[in-house]
Amino acid sequence: MADFLFYVFAALTLGSAALVVLSKNAVNCAMFMILSLMGMAALFLLLDAYFLAALQVLVYAGAVMVLFVFILMLLDVSDPVRHLPSRPVLLTALGGFVILCAGSAALFFLHVDGAPPPAIPPAGGEAHAMSFATSPRAFGYALFTKYLLPLQLAGFLLLVAMVGVIVLSKRLVSPPVRHQTVEAAGADKQP
Amino acid sequence: MTVGLNAFLLLAGLLFAIGFLGVLVRRNTLVVYMCLELMLNAVTLALVGVSRYHLSLDGSIFVFFIITVAAAEVALGLAIIVALYRRRQTVVLSELAELRN
Repeated sequence: MADFLFYVFAALTLGSAALVVLSKNAVNCAMFMILSLMGMAALFLLLDAYFLAALQVLVYAGAVMVLFVFILMLLDVSDPVRHLPSRPVLLTALGGFVILCAGSAALFFLHVDGAPPPAIPPAGGEAHAMSFATSPRAFGYALFTKYLLPLQLAGFLLLVAMVGVIVLSKRLVSPPVRHQTVEAAGADKQP
Repeated sequence: MTVGLNAFLLLAGLLFAIGFLGVLVRRNTLVVYMCLELMLNAVTLALVGVSRYHLSLDGSIFVFFIITVAAAEVALGLAIIVALYRRRQTVVLSELAELRN
């Protein structure tokens, strides 16, 4: 059953990823991207990474893709002209694609290691606190002991990103535009 | 489940290749950015797979940090794209080539 689910979700993820690249409309791209991310969350579930699957749905399919769709709606990027890259770029891209696929296939067919995943050791043993576990508790334990400094750096990174976004979106509003809108509002009020 | 680690790594490699193709072929900055996220996700899948098959939590923790950094990166990148659109009224890459030559 799990094998069947793996093939279904692998096909879903790959197919919708291919449609992200092939869709003409950017909004369709975003929708297929969400589908691909959901398929990947299902694959995380098959790998017993329940916490990461939830995180994938919440952060990626939720926050990040909502941001993408929001920007798509804001910018109105629908242009009827199909922009194709120049021939050298296209050839390079296809060449790189073929090489990457061949490399992955070589890894698959030459290094035959089809062993099923080993059984997960029972939780509770403090001696093996860093071994694989499915619970968020194990994540929290690892994050606040072995990975405390990276965790704080990640928090700082989020703060920097937040401040950076605020600065970026404030400074680039050109003052003349703001004056015009104020004057226009004033002109509307006067009569 | 009898699927081996190889299958997950092959899947991750193919996803990475698809994302790579999208980054180079597409001309819309937002779609290019989405394909970039796809590549990041492919690496994430490989990390989770290796973490599960080798019974080590480190790969999963790394994925946690990747998701954090990706969220910050998307917020900043989209802010830059919006600023670019305000100034140039376009997000098509071939029209944003003033650094060429």
